[in-house]
Amino acid sequence: MMETTPLALKQAVDLVSGLDPQLVEIVTLSLRVSFSAVVIATLVGLPIGATIAVARFPGRQGVIVLLNALFGLPAVVLGLLVYLLLSRAGPLGELGILFTPPAMIIAQAILVTPIIAAFSRQAIEDAWREYEEQLNSLGANAFQAALTLLWDCKFSLLTTVLAGFGRAVAEVGTVMIVGGNIDGVTRVMTTAIALETSKGDLPLALGLGIVLMGLVLVLNATAHVVTEAAKRRYG
Amino acid sequence: MRAPVSLLPLRLENVTFAAGGRRIIDGISIEIGSGGRTVILGPNGAGKSVLLRICHGLLAPTSGSVVWNVREPANGRHRQAMVFQRPIMLRRSALANVAYGLKLAGFERRERDERAHRALERLGLLHLAGRSARVLSGGEQQRLALARAWALEPEVLFLDEPTANLDPTATREIEAAIAGIGAAGTKIIMVTHDLGAAKRLADEIIFIYDGRVLERAGAEGFFAGPSSREAAAFIHGELL
Amino acid sequence: MNAIRRLLVCAIFVAGSGTVVHAAAQEKYITVASTTSTEQSGLFGHLLPIFTGKTGIRVRVVALGTGQALDVGRRGDADVEFVHDKVAEEKFVADGYGVGRKEVMYNDFILIGPRSDPAKVAGGKDIVAAFKKIQAVQAPFVSRGDKSGTHAAELRLWKTAGIDPVAGRGTWYRETGSGMGPSLNTSSSMNAYILADRGTWLNFKNRGELTIVVQGDQRLFNQYGVMLVNPAKHPHVKKDLGQTFIDWIVSDEGQKAIAGYKIGGEQLFFPNAKR
Repeated sequence: MMETTPLALKQAVDLVSGLDPQLVEIVTLSLRVSFSAVVIATLVGLPIGATIAVARFPGRQGVIVLLNALFGLPAVVLGLLVYLLLSRAGPLGELGILFTPPAMIIAQAILVTPIIAAFSRQAIEDAWREYEEQLNSLGANAFQAALTLLWDCKFSLLTTVLAGFGRAVAEVGTVMIVGGNIDGVTRVMTTAIALETSKGDLPLALGLGIVLMGLVLVLNATAHVVTEAAKRRYG
Repeated sequence: MRAPVSLLPLRLENVTFAAGGRRIIDGISIEIGSGGRTVILGPNGAGKSVLLRICHGLLAPTSGSVVWNVREPANGRHRQAMVFQRPIMLRRSALANVAYGLKLAGFERRERDERAHRALERLGLLHLAGRSARVLSGGEQQRLALARAWALEPEVLFLDEPTANLDPTATREIEAAIAGIGAAGTKIIMVTHDLGAAKRLADEIIFIYDGRVLERAGAEGFFAGPSSREAAAFIHGELL
Repeated sequence: MNAIRRLLVCAIFVAGSGTVVHAAAQEKYITVASTTSTEQSGLFGHLLPIFTGKTGIRVRVVALGTGQALDVGRRGDADVEFVHDKVAEEKFVADGYGVGRKEVMYNDFILIGPRSDPAKVAGGKDIVAAFKKIQAVQAPFVSRGDKSGTHAAELRLWKTAGIDPVAGRGTWYRETGSGMGPSLNTSSSMNAYILADRGTWLNFKNRGELTIVVQGDQRLFNQYGVMLVNPAKHPHVKKDLGQTFIDWIVSDEGQKAIAGYKIGGEQLFFPNAKR
């Protein structure tokens, strides 16, 4: 194992720099799936987070605890649940989308939504604490206040969305189970790495690993730059 | 655009406010009319800020009622405005912050723009219009808060210790602006524990202690000779 | 402000198009549930393009352990089953979940072990005798332990040898609960014996000290069967397209394609469909 690693690494770098078509296809699918999932998760999670942040209702603390617990949901468990849901033998079997990209998008969207909801709740609640009296004084109703808070927190919300995307693109538990890792159809970076590694075939696995790590790095760097820019602009 | 019927007088009928087991406002019945600048004075913990918020509608009294001369429409908030002790600014430019209040009040884009620019100019902030509001100095931000309130041309302007956190220069600027706004026709109702500010700005004093109105008089008369023991002690800087 | 709004619209458009493009590419395809060892042998990479080229039908292979592959069929999530556990397959048909089972090909299992060969089984032709020797010296042995066809075959051999390996669980008998590849990885790092299918072994790159020690015993032959998931139970099953695949794979052309798959010049699968 030791002496083959440098060779595998070199081959991996060649695959990446040469834009090997199989590698590109897998990477593209990963990005498409996770990106779609994050868009859905944001559209669902942001309003939930904003509402919980601003509204007061009985059981609110319980909902917050549940939300925070949900984003520690193990991906495999979620994968299993969605699999049972989408299977022909399950309640949503009619859709016939098990083992297709839409199933993976749905599963990842469910995975990421609590992350976005929980973090946005925190950010918006902090902002609400600061702005509540002033916004009430100016006559904002709950809906207007929520929109104002969302827009005001946009940079911190952006980093939340980036974090959600990072989680989606790096997870393997849900997409493996609901996607089936079908060659050319539902094989994404993480499931491909798992497969190639289990075959003892390292160059492609390492190549994908390099791309995935690079992607995660870019996401974090972007989040950092955004946060710094916001701080400089708004103090 | 001023509505024909005035909001004032504002009448508080037997208002109490309790929180955390404590009676912060202990039965206040008072009527505030449109004449002059009213300053609500008293030591810390007297309940002044709570009373102000009850008048403005940010807090609901535990019992009793707050009655304006005319009932305001649900989204007609712009007839009264409030400036807080610490200016609260959104993460936007100075101009955008002023425009925000105007947007909530329902003004159209062109009029929002005009009013916002005029307000900034009035408060000497036009050169900072594009600057991010939160990086301005304390005094500039408080002036901006005043500009935001003034742009709405409210009938009543509530102010909660507006100069408590400012240096003397900024304090002078704010007080001048307040006087100007009052002179232009807005009713000023200001809360402070600062004797100097009260002496400079008040036409009328409402002295509050321990959640109750102990005294009410014209400013000159009050400072010359207060009728209550507590007010006298307060004016002379004694602990109450 | 405007830039951000424009970016948002773009984002939603791209995300939406992601799913639209998929729907638009509504080609003819079937879903085949098969096993990880079959996929990892590389057979599908060789066989399916020939089939698709001839019929225009794409084949999506979901590769799982035999147990799960059959469960997928039971639930109706696949159209065709292509596994190698005759007993389980016949039960599948008897229970009404599958129809039209046909034998397709066989490959063989081989016993892999460390060059140091502590149980002294290398070069032998008797797999049951080899198993007995391994248990006698308590040499490390890795099992897949995942209800796969390979696992089932391994357990049958232990039974024939009159040994209950589970008694040695945790000491010399190690169950990984995973596929052929990961289990081979584990054996390689432990220098343990392991029963593997020839296909996965030939493709396996991380051999370390491992080598083939026993092969050729009749009892090591591994029969593959193909069948349609019962459309009576699951009406949505693509029975015509699925049947096309089944008919092709047992036809002369399909059988020849199977025989034509070689790794390093060695044939892996031996077609034996009945005429």
